[in-house]
Amino acid sequence: MSCFGDKSLIKVLFFAHLKERLGCDSLMLKAAPATVAEVRQQILEMHPNWRDDFESLAKLSAVNQTICDDNQLVETGDEVAFFPPVTGG
Amino acid sequence: MRQENLIQVQHDDFDISALYHFLQADNVEDGAVATFLGAVRAKNLGDNVTGLTLEHYPGMTEKSLNDIVVQARERWDINRVVIVHRVGALQLGDNIVFVGVTSPHRGNAFDACEFMMDFLKTRAPFWKKESTSEGDRWIEARDSDAQKASQW
Repeated sequence: MSCFGDKSLIKVLFFAHLKERLGCDSLMLKAAPATVAEVRQQILEMHPNWRDDFESLAKLSAVNQTICDDNQLVETGDEVAFFPPVTGG
Repeated sequence: MRQENLIQVQHDDFDISALYHFLQADNVEDGAVATFLGAVRAKNLGDNVTGLTLEHYPGMTEKSLNDIVVQARERWDINRVVIVHRVGALQLGDNIVFVGVTSPHRGNAFDACEFMMDFLKTRAPFWKKESTSEGDRWIEARDSDAQKASQW
């Protein structure tokens, strides 16, 4: 499903080890969670078997490509990403 | 004084002399050029590394590198800045990252170069997966890198 341009959805991305373990690089949320914590909760309600990998690997989050904490507000049309600690350089 | 940035994320190798040229050409204001080059090394955690793959978050990567340069400019009197980081499959000895910065004096250039590398390692969304004699594995973030970045 292509989600680009649909402002009524929240686009969620996964990277690296987390993406590999979930076997999924992205999904769309139709409801509008208010915070990153609620996005996490909603994803785990959809995929209860992701809980362990999420807890161990989704250590960092970003909203609209800026790193943030779980209290960050999320609105429809936003891009939310979850990923493990970064290891570039 | 002209402040210029060259920030790139790319699969291909980079030409160090061309990057140095960007920093130094027609630049008589700056007496200092500090550079850092990171390359793929053969040993990690006691295992023989045969290569690595770098994943990144397109869009956020460029944004975070830009943010790091903006922060460096707020803290030090620096002029030209280069950050080039490779992604994709890399072999032993391959270049991974180049950071270069110019300044009238060496103190600012050294500090800004180290700051940008420390922040890149802890904030820019790159992930390394290495192939070793024991199989493939994602590299774990190191506490020492986080500690080093927190000192700035």
